[in-house]
Amino acid sequence: MSGSSHTPLDPTAGGAPGVDGSEDRAEADLGAADAGRGRLGGWGPQRIAVAALAVVVLVWLIVKASEDLRQFVVVSLNGLTLAALFFVVASGFTLIFGLMRVVNMAHGALYLLGGYLALEMQDAWFTEDSGLGLSLSGAGTGEYSLFGWVVPLLLATAIIGVIGVVIQQVFLRWNQGQDLRQALITIALSVIFADQMLAAFGGISKDIKAPSAWPESIALPGDVRFGFFRGVVVLGAAVLIGLGLWWLITRTRFGKIVRAGVDDRDMVSALGINVQLVFAAAFLLGALLAGLGGVLGGTMIALAPGEDTSFLLNSLIVVIIGGMGSLAGAAIGAVALGLVDAYADVYLVFGDTDLTNYSILVTFGLLVAVLAVRPLGLFGRPA
Amino acid sequence: MTSSAGRMSWPVLAAVVAAAALAPFVFTDFFVSVILTKSLWLGLAAASLIFLSAYGGMVSLAQVGIYGVAGMAYANLVLADGGSSAAWSPWVATIAAIVIAGVVGLGFGAIAARSVGIYFLMITLAFSVLVYYFFSQVTQLSGFGGVNNVDLPSLVGEPGQDPTRLYYTTLIAALMVFLGLRYISRTPFGLALQGLRDEPARMRALGFNVTRHRILAFGLAALVAAVAGVLSVWYNRRITPGSINLAQTIDVLIIAVIGGLYRLEGAWVGALTYALLDNYSREWTPTVGNVLGPERFNTILGIVFLVIVLLSPGGLMGLWERARDFFDTRRRGPPGAVATPSPAGAGGDTKS
Repeated sequence: MSGSSHTPLDPTAGGAPGVDGSEDRAEADLGAADAGRGRLGGWGPQRIAVAALAVVVLVWLIVKASEDLRQFVVVSLNGLTLAALFFVVASGFTLIFGLMRVVNMAHGALYLLGGYLALEMQDAWFTEDSGLGLSLSGAGTGEYSLFGWVVPLLLATAIIGVIGVVIQQVFLRWNQGQDLRQALITIALSVIFADQMLAAFGGISKDIKAPSAWPESIALPGDVRFGFFRGVVVLGAAVLIGLGLWWLITRTRFGKIVRAGVDDRDMVSALGINVQLVFAAAFLLGALLAGLGGVLGGTMIALAPGEDTSFLLNSLIVVIIGGMGSLAGAAIGAVALGLVDAYADVYLVFGDTDLTNYSILVTFGLLVAVLAVRPLGLFGRPA
Repeated sequence: MTSSAGRMSWPVLAAVVAAAALAPFVFTDFFVSVILTKSLWLGLAAASLIFLSAYGGMVSLAQVGIYGVAGMAYANLVLADGGSSAAWSPWVATIAAIVIAGVVGLGFGAIAARSVGIYFLMITLAFSVLVYYFFSQVTQLSGFGGVNNVDLPSLVGEPGQDPTRLYYTTLIAALMVFLGLRYISRTPFGLALQGLRDEPARMRALGFNVTRHRILAFGLAALVAAVAGVLSVWYNRRITPGSINLAQTIDVLIIAVIGGLYRLEGAWVGALTYALLDNYSREWTPTVGNVLGPERFNTILGIVFLVIVLLSPGGLMGLWERARDFFDTRRRGPPGAVATPSPAGAGGDTKS
């Protein structure tokens, strides 16, 4: 970002007559809340193409939904619950970036470590036959109390939060503002973390057990059954976290400082606020969310080497779509990515040709479509 | 900005090339193949990254994705076990693979070039990982367990028995790319690229189409990455999705950073360091429980990477330049400004 210190750098202009760069920038400067909405002027070829694409996708979905409504509901719910998990993880990522301009490439590693720590605690303290160590067969034998899930969740989340603060204080605090160097440092850390986790926890896929008292699935209207943990716990947690973060950012003094810090860090500091403390708190919060996401994801999906990459990619895509540093953007980006993933996994069947293994191209298409219209993401603002 | 200031002088370059050409007479076949040949093509991949970073101010992580596209395209087009059943001549396939990867690179560039700095880094990282997921999902192209026993051009012979021919081929390719990129950096295109690295707003005011320039530079770097991709298939005789995953993306980034993101030569310095570490660190690494040991090469690599980033953002080349400046200063007295490579060159310093 070699030019950003001189001018309000404008990455949108040039070569895109329809996406009027200067207008986009002026609009974004007014505030993230207004960006991306309510402007119908300047419909260039890119916007028209993206809109046409959206209509085609929508029609395709309606056709598929009318064929089998029950399947459509289940697939949509799958997408939404996936989106909920993406949101929990990505909101931490975007929070850290929004305030500090730190792209925390170790976010995926923190996610996976959170899951593994919770799993270790559950195995060590809350399994009857803990003397045998890790039980690889696992499934269905042990009884797990509510405590056996909640205590590891809280402890693992807290530990990841502390690790996050340590990373920030030791490695990132003294090179504030050098965003490339900070990204490289966190990449180095993620390499070390990934290798150490492979050494400590092995390469076999494992999962955290939900409390045995919880039902397997719930019945929904229309004779649809859906997993209780996915549908209620994860979705509920994401909604609560979203509301909590929204409250924190818009209604508290801390949130006010964070928002001010996003706009002008030096001015906030000059006003006598201890910015370093706020940074540490934001990093704590961001890492807590990664750890919490890891426990939820470890229960909902699985823990294995490579999940860290996968969730780093998901967080990246969510915030690239939504716009870095925007909470609303993270929510919309997560829903978009979750639904696109879920639909593409099932509905890419045209007659006899099954294209579902090309589903990653649809995710890529989503990214391209958003970036074609808004290079900084839906709610993004120039850094 | 020092990237264009210091450039390797011709005598030094000639000496390095001469030493490289004599290497097969001095070292064992193993060393020539596993260390030197591998460093040369890894260096090519890193060079495409460094070219974009040093001259265009764009740190791209998509280079491994692009070289994966080239490698997969080559492996699919020639006779091989797995992948598509095409059986083209290796040279036609090589050209086709480079063209395909170049087109993909231009496409990636068109999407990413409007973003700068850390956004650019993230978008290109997403590209690279998406390419990996694409090939691991689409087994029609990547086979189950990769594409194996890939047909090679007769020029390189049988690298398994005699690695020297492949070594010289790779050396010539690397030399040509190095000289080509160095030449391009002095053409009007290259100078404009450096201009818009430093002052995009002024370049735009001068009438340059900044985005188009960035896209073209990205496409050019994609061609270099494609050469590296094809050579990697020649070297390995196979390609798997696992060889173009995030770990490989990060390895190439590490190579570039170890060498120094601001000097083209750094690519091969970094690659050689990486290959040496990869092979020999396992022998002297002490075993400390589960934490350290021969199995834990990635931990060692991560620590080396971390130390370099913390101590010398200019990498080994930066360290060398700093040492030289230090002695120059002692000999001649302090000059006006000592050129220290700073991370601000390609992405830091966002005091907005």
